[in-house]
Order: sequence, then structure tokens, then C-alpha cells
Amino acid sequence: MQYHAEVTIGLKSGMLDPEATTIKKALEHLGFPTDSLEMQKRFVLELDAPSRDAAQSQVDEMCRRLLANPVIHNFDIEIEESG
Amino acid sequence: MKIAVLQFGGSNCDYDVQYVLTEVVGVDADLVWYKDELKGYDGVVVPGGFSYGDYLRAGAIAARAPIMNSVRKMADKGLPVVGICNGFQILVESGLLPGALMTNRYPKFRCDRVNLRVDNNTSPFTNSFKKGQVIRIPIAHMEGNYFAQEHTISELNSQERVAFRYVDEQGNATSEANPNGSSENIAGILNEQGNILGMMPHPERASENILGSKDGKKIFDSMVEYISSF
Repeated sequence: MQYHAEVTIGLKSGMLDPEATTIKKALEHLGFPTDSLEMQKRFVLELDAPSRDAAQSQVDEMCRRLLANPVIHNFDIEIEESG
Repeated sequence: MKIAVLQFGGSNCDYDVQYVLTEVVGVDADLVWYKDELKGYDGVVVPGGFSYGDYLRAGAIAARAPIMNSVRKMADKGLPVVGICNGFQILVESGLLPGALMTNRYPKFRCDRVNLRVDNNTSPFTNSFKKGQVIRIPIAHMEGNYFAQEHTISELNSQERVAFRYVDEQGNATSEANPNGSSENIAGILNEQGNILGMMPHPERASENILGSKDGKKIFDSMVEYISSF
């Protein structure tokens, strides 16, 4: 089966993100004050797997081994059948 | 005795490290391309640079290259491994050292001379320094903000695995002396066995008088001495 996966990776809560802080300030300069701003990375992938569970565990493994750094990141995986 | 200096796409301190090892320290050192075999070496230096353009995270791609399995095997045998700057980032990304190196608290590339305090002088890299000695070695990085979970930091402290901290001239680890926001001013750490060192400052840029400091050379000298006695 073909699966469509979307992975969202962000810093664990409470961790300092200087890039997000800088962007938040720049938005303020434009007249858009915000209470908080987080920046995340999103990976969109298509993969072949025997089942949805298998696809889920493959993508989970990808996150643990490369896409995310478990020391600093949380990640979220969404999987849908495709094709 | 022969030391390997690893080269990944985007390494840029590889030649400096090889020069210091061969011409200043006086030991054989080969540049080893990441696709080549890492065999017959007594120690490894993972040099600085911007391997793979810092794609994904600094050091993340190089850390997954198969040659790092060979580095792990050498480290398991007790041979010395040192990662400098991007090399340190590669070592934490590969899990050979704990923690992570995040964007500097003030998100700017910092290129400067800094004072470091030697907090561990029993490792193969630091045993020619006095404990508490303040040394001067330059930094050049944007992702040098050392972070680890609290329990990891307390383990590093209790096992005396913090090799170097950023300090002022008197040796105090103040927040003004911290160039990147690192937890507890940490600039360099050791693994549990003490034979892997990761550090953000560049010892190869402080190995000759003409560069203003020879403090960095002592790290390579000690490493070579350790290999001789191995």
C-alpha cells in the first residue's frame, strides 16, 4: 500500500528558539503583536508499506533516527492511505 | 602512529588540523574521505566546518554516514576521538556524546578568542593542563549553545566530564563570559570512558605562537602521548 505521511517537528516546550523570537519581534514591528510564536519543520513523504501500522512505525523510526533530535524535539506524525 | 582527520562534504578545518598534527605536533595524520575505509589509525579528529551545509541540523547528516560506525568501533576500543566545532556537533548527533548544540542564544555567528577553564585534567586530551587553568582558544560558530536534559548535566558534573567551560580572565563562569548561552557555560565534554572529547573552540587555531596562543597544541600533544602509551 502507498501511504502519505506528514511529519511535524518542533522544539520541546519551554526551549528557547532565538529564530522564532526574532521573527516574533519583526512581526511586532509590522504591527502584528503576538502572544507566542513557534517555528516548526514539516516533512511530507510518500512511502510503500504493508500496512498503516507498518508505515507509522517506519516514519516513527525515521523521526527517531534522523528527522528529529530526541534531545530537543517533539514530533507528530499523520498518515493517510494514498493512491 | 597515525591519526585520521575525517573529511565530509563541507568540512573546512580538515587541512588546518592535518597541518598542526603533522607540522607542529609532528605525528602522521591522513585526511580520510568519509567514503573511504577508516583502517589502521590510532586516533580520529572530526574537524570543523559546515558538513552538508548544516542541512537539517548542524552535523546531522555527517553523523549518519557509515564511517561514523568505524569511529564508534575505534572509540569502543579506547582509542581517542576528538570532535572540534562541527565535529562536536557531529559527535552529539551520532550519540557518541550526550546533549545537543543549538543556535547561539543571541543568534549570530560568533568568531572570537575566548577564555576556557580546564575543569577536567585527567582525560587523554587535557592531562597536561592544571585543573582550573584558564586557557585561550578561539571559537567560530553559530550553533554552539550546549543543551542537555538536567539529569545529563548533573551526570556530566558529578562524573567530571565537563572538560572546558567558558570563563572570564579570572576563571569565573559568568554569563558575560558565555558566548552562546551554553548550559552552565559548557564548552567541551567527555564521554564516560574519557576517550571521546567534543569541544566548540578550535585548538588547531591556537597551536603556534604566531596565532597568539599555543594552548590548543597541548590537547593534540596529550592525545599523541596517550596513544603512545596505549
